[in-house]
Amino acid sequence: MEEGWIDACAIDDIEEEDVIGFEHGGHAYALYRTLDDRFFCTDGLCTHEQVHLCDGLVMDTIIECPKHNGRFDFTNGKAKGAPVCVDLKTYETEVRDGRLFIKAG
Amino acid sequence: MARPAMIIVGSGEAGGCAAVALREAGWEGPITLYGEERHGPYERPPLSKELLTEKEPPKPRPSAEAGRFDELGISHRPNSRVIDIDPAGKEISLHSGQTAHYEKLLLATGARARLMSVPGSEYALTLRSFEDAWALRHLFGAGGHAVIIGGGFIGLELAASAIKLGGRVTLLENQERLLSRAVPAELAQRLHEEHVCRGVRFHFGASVSRVERRAVILENGERIAGDVVICGIGAEPETALARKAGLRAQNGIVTDDRLCTSNPAIYACGDCAASVHPQFSDQPMRFESWQIAREQGALAGRNMAGANERQSIVPWFWSQQYDLHLQIAGLPDLGKSTVVRPLSDDAVLQFYIDGGGRLVGAAALGQLSDVARDMRIAQMLIARKATPDPAVLAATERRLKTLLAA
Repeated sequence: MEEGWIDACAIDDIEEEDVIGFEHGGHAYALYRTLDDRFFCTDGLCTHEQVHLCDGLVMDTIIECPKHNGRFDFTNGKAKGAPVCVDLKTYETEVRDGRLFIKAG
Repeated sequence: MARPAMIIVGSGEAGGCAAVALREAGWEGPITLYGEERHGPYERPPLSKELLTEKEPPKPRPSAEAGRFDELGISHRPNSRVIDIDPAGKEISLHSGQTAHYEKLLLATGARARLMSVPGSEYALTLRSFEDAWALRHLFGAGGHAVIIGGGFIGLELAASAIKLGGRVTLLENQERLLSRAVPAELAQRLHEEHVCRGVRFHFGASVSRVERRAVILENGERIAGDVVICGIGAEPETALARKAGLRAQNGIVTDDRLCTSNPAIYACGDCAASVHPQFSDQPMRFESWQIAREQGALAGRNMAGANERQSIVPWFWSQQYDLHLQIAGLPDLGKSTVVRPLSDDAVLQFYIDGGGRLVGAAALGQLSDVARDMRIAQMLIARKATPDPAVLAATERRLKTLLAA
């Protein structure tokens, strides 16, 4: 694969409509799977108080921060209203042979 | 005649959310937010935790709304005390002598720390504002021995912060257990054990007879000396302004389910308000909670702009002590039976079911990663007035999320 792509996990490590955490190079990422088997990746920490989003609840394409219920659309990183107002950074993803790759950095 | 204006008294979370919601709901006229503090709306939950323990000299953390005031044309007046309301003339008076006319008025005056009525109570520090936290930070930073009066959330969170900074803590509680008003006994017991493990010394059934600068004297004559005395025995709603204006107030400024007071042009929300939550009860209830302050603030703003919406908020509250997160949703007190769901070796979730099988409350204690998701689902089920099968609630192999699809 071209440079910058990282093998993050097996796609079956993530349940449908769910999220898991992943660390690489000291950086926390959150990996998402939708009900219709699409995969997304964002920064792993909430932009509000640096809490791990992988402990939060996924509803459709929204991830809710576990601490204060700040909401983000994980398909594009958009903050969906207070208390969060800073968008999440997103990363490209690709599925190959049952594994999820992300383009970090 | 000036343009009709919306006035908000109190610039905490509730006031800030109300101002933004008013504008977003389409109100185009002036919005003015008067606050007694010198800061705009800021987050109070960190005051008992991170602001005391983090290395960086702390600053108030502005709420998300505060950053939007300029863009939305919201005028915030700090250091401004409103001393009078004239409901007939629809006018407020400020301590500076100025007056201002309102179309609609929102009272988001918050609550203040309750004080003890014993000699020397002025020696005990309280925590409510950023400045209070600043003062405590300097005393805690020096280590030493903190004597904390009150085993409620503030007292326990401060105990955890003092221990984290290497201090010693003695906590005095006049009841026989911690958090007796707000938290189910099993969870309070688990928190108690954690504090004991971390070195906090407790005196239960402790009745304070007087306070000195560096000591507390109990009714039984015992003298507990420390380097700082802190009092965390609850908060009282700021209702003086409302009472003076003839508004109905009991434990809080009384409102209907649309947050309107006994005067149709005046609303109240947040810590100062006792409002009707129609999905739970027709009796007004008052909550001291970050989430309620924010959600009620937004609802009050919308209703002042003409929305006429009833509140359907599920109360949600959290406390963090050491690595333990306590979360409570709904109204556990309304429950007639309890269903326990173990979340991990050291995390538990309790559901509270009323006589009709409806889920009315939930509480969980453990690591944030263990409790957060299922508590959020519980909160949604409570909002839907769900009557979930207790067997499913208790079965850890069944995902709670499946109940949302039902």
